[in-house]
Amino acid sequence: MTEPLLCELSVSGRRAVHFPEADVPLFELPESFVRHDLPLPELSEVDVIRHFTRLSQLNYCIDTGMYPLGSCTMKYNPRVNEETARMAGFAFAHPLQPPSSVQGSLELMYKLQEYLMEIGGFDGVSLQPAAGAHGELTGVLIILAYHTSRGDTKRNKILIPDSAHGTNPATSSMSGLQVVELKSDATGNIDLEALRAECDDTLVGLMFTNPNTLGLFDENVEDVVELVHDAGGLVYGDGANMNALLGIVRPGDLGFDVLHYNLHKTFSTPHGGGGPGSGPIGVAPHLVDFLPGPIIVITQEGDNENPTQYGFLQPAKSIGRVKSFNGHFAMMVRAYTYIRVYGPDGLRKIAEHAVLNANYLRMLLRDTYHLPYDRTCMHEFVLEGRWPDAPDIHALDISKRMMDYGLHPPTNYFPLIVHDALMIEPTETESKQSLDAFTDVMLKIAEEAHSNPELLHNAPHITPVGRLDEVKAAKELVLCCDVGAILADK
Amino acid sequence: MYIPHTEVDREEMLEIIGVEHVEDLFTDVPPAHRFPKLNIPPALTEMEVVAELENISQTNQTAKELICFLGAGAYHHYIPAAVDSILRRGEFYTAYTPYQPEISQGTLQSIFDYQSLVTTLTGMEVSNASHYDGATAVAEAVNMAYANFRGKKTKVVVSPALHPQYRETIRTYNRGSVINIAGDEDDIDPLGSPDALLSEIDENTALVMVQYPDFFGRIYDFSKIVEATHQMGALFGISANPIALGLLTPPGDFGADIVTGEGQPLGLPLSFGGPYLGMFATRQKLVRKMAGRLAGETVDANGKRGYVLTLTAREQHIRREKATSNICTNQGLMALASTVYLSLLGKGGLRQVAELCYQKAHYAAQQINTQPDFEVLKEAPFFNEFVVRCPIPVDEINKILLEHGILGGYDLGQDYPSLTKHMLIAVTEMNSRQDIDLLVSTLAEVTND
Repeated sequence: MTEPLLCELSVSGRRAVHFPEADVPLFELPESFVRHDLPLPELSEVDVIRHFTRLSQLNYCIDTGMYPLGSCTMKYNPRVNEETARMAGFAFAHPLQPPSSVQGSLELMYKLQEYLMEIGGFDGVSLQPAAGAHGELTGVLIILAYHTSRGDTKRNKILIPDSAHGTNPATSSMSGLQVVELKSDATGNIDLEALRAECDDTLVGLMFTNPNTLGLFDENVEDVVELVHDAGGLVYGDGANMNALLGIVRPGDLGFDVLHYNLHKTFSTPHGGGGPGSGPIGVAPHLVDFLPGPIIVITQEGDNENPTQYGFLQPAKSIGRVKSFNGHFAMMVRAYTYIRVYGPDGLRKIAEHAVLNANYLRMLLRDTYHLPYDRTCMHEFVLEGRWPDAPDIHALDISKRMMDYGLHPPTNYFPLIVHDALMIEPTETESKQSLDAFTDVMLKIAEEAHSNPELLHNAPHITPVGRLDEVKAAKELVLCCDVGAILADK
Repeated sequence: MYIPHTEVDREEMLEIIGVEHVEDLFTDVPPAHRFPKLNIPPALTEMEVVAELENISQTNQTAKELICFLGAGAYHHYIPAAVDSILRRGEFYTAYTPYQPEISQGTLQSIFDYQSLVTTLTGMEVSNASHYDGATAVAEAVNMAYANFRGKKTKVVVSPALHPQYRETIRTYNRGSVINIAGDEDDIDPLGSPDALLSEIDENTALVMVQYPDFFGRIYDFSKIVEATHQMGALFGISANPIALGLLTPPGDFGADIVTGEGQPLGLPLSFGGPYLGMFATRQKLVRKMAGRLAGETVDANGKRGYVLTLTAREQHIRREKATSNICTNQGLMALASTVYLSLLGKGGLRQVAELCYQKAHYAAQQINTQPDFEVLKEAPFFNEFVVRCPIPVDEINKILLEHGILGGYDLGQDYPSLTKHMLIAVTEMNSRQDIDLLVSTLAEVTND
């Protein structure tokens, strides 16, 4: 059964929600401004709840099973976080209230800034960016502002390794920079010779994903940072893979100048089917004054009688606001809750188990799937989804077949430096039993790929819909239904 | 903690990997910096963390117990219970971006429903799946307009009555770019009519961006400025309040090329500023220039209707440095909230909320204007916000209001030097006549003291 669209379910005259009638005299809007046609669907509350409940049941989610999407860190979303984020004292706070009336929100933000600084090894944090890519943009703008403030205006080149995250190049060009791709060497590290060749006085910096999208920690990380710094460039760290580093190493200690955190990855705030995320950035001392505000600061230290007072600050040379209001506050509450539940030792355990899980899977699968970079990995690793003796099978076929076994596929076709990449990140919240079950499916599919490739080509077989015609979608481009026409027809 | 491993599991796994200790997996990390001691507080149990956060949250005074007349881009509206009930479904909130459509039809069809409702509400032809918020949606409109003219038009005219934080965000996004942002300089009267922008629009203009109702709550007829914009070959953008569109002529009807908006009023809690929802709609002919995710309708091999993310060739993960924007994760769950909200209200409910806002705001304005020391500025019709000239600084008034359990209006002097002692008051369906009368009588006391 296909679930109808909202407007197809509409019945004229139905309505779920009513509001109390006006208790004030009526005022008329001048007729020329009045809207005459408002063709929104008309539904009962039962209609609405059933529609969205039925739709929800068509989704795969962490709550139903493992979600091994590489670089996405799809870990379990703790329930208590949902409760704390919805506490009335947080949920009903208006972003523009006088600071004296929202000391609780400011205290939480201040402490989260402090925790993130400590975890990443930085001297300043802004919680403002709304997502990872937004944090990247913020970080690159800060680096540019830093160079400009020193009168160093000829720098326009940014280096991005071929093993970096996909958003990096788009971020750089949004900031008007010339992107130069850096090759990886045979072991998956940045090729130091290639890097050295690009390190000149036009270098803005390097966007460095470490561990990279192969799941490998760059063994030459300190040399890489030094080369960039010696050329006057700065190092931007893509913190999407921070789950591998909690309590293991602090990017700030390695010389990174800026790093964004993905609260919706490392700190378990739910991905929401495509957001909201939250992408705070941490910076080294020389960049603190460039952070986008508002930053939360202590305006008066507390004592025995008076609590500490917090307030907003726009740093001296700030690049300016990157969005309205105070960042994704409800996601900050979730991340704060999460950090408090784990504590310092617990955070290290997260990384240790994320890495343990990835290496365990890597060992179980490497004899069946080609593992092009075969070394100890961090929180994820990349296999090839193809075999010389099964020429028609690609990563996509394997992925689609996994759905028949009730699993979500890994990230496909990324990073681009591995053919038919299957990028697998199990996260620390999967048990050994869950990983074993995943392995069984992967081994079974490898066998099917050789014995019955059609089974894979036609997969998935048991999902609510089969493989969808993406060419038709892009060609005919039906992006909404004509609500007015559908309602008028009824 | 949420790590399921037992000691036995760990031992077995380490043995398969072929190392003795878990620490042995981290030999690639420089030893001098390996395993830092993190100076953060020790772990709490769930019971303790809930108590701690109850404590912290209760030091806030909020719109829950205060009577709220603060708006300025974020509004205290009633959120029907069913909205959060749907958001709390793990199938929605613990799902990833729907890259695998066969097992993500719930998210994809919801996005399609959302896109349909946004296009209907704005009177436009296409909508994307969301931007971060009202401010970044405007910043993306600027990017899109610039890209639309292939960089040949470098001027963007913004109304001084566009939200100050949106204008600041546009400027941050365009640091060091060739785009020149004009129209809102300090010497321009922020309360002037949009037609004051006419002299700024020239052949180099890529976009003219206004707000509807504007930051001061006012409603204008944009026909003259839309015509002038189109005569110069530029795009016309409007940042709209979606609740107001339940009552007001939709921007698509008077020629907007881009409509953005802050979707927070559509069923999202105030949450101290986020996460909110950036709405973005445009004309069909501009769809390929638009940033952000798009859900499109198609069929599977059996001809069954289904939805996929489409036109992905515009996006960062395919086009890399040539992408229209770097946006990736956006506001999926917030778009879902607004879709559920609009489904519950329907055309009758949205119209009713909009009318209640309008009427209560007008009652409040009328009553405040009876106070000798306060003057409501009335040079244009308004929706649910209006500007009041006050006898003393706004922060002093707000301090007194707060003592009476009232969250006063926004202090316009923070953003507009010429508007010190001017307060922006917002009224919604949440404010009863009694609340409004209390505001008025408390304001009267302020000057009697």
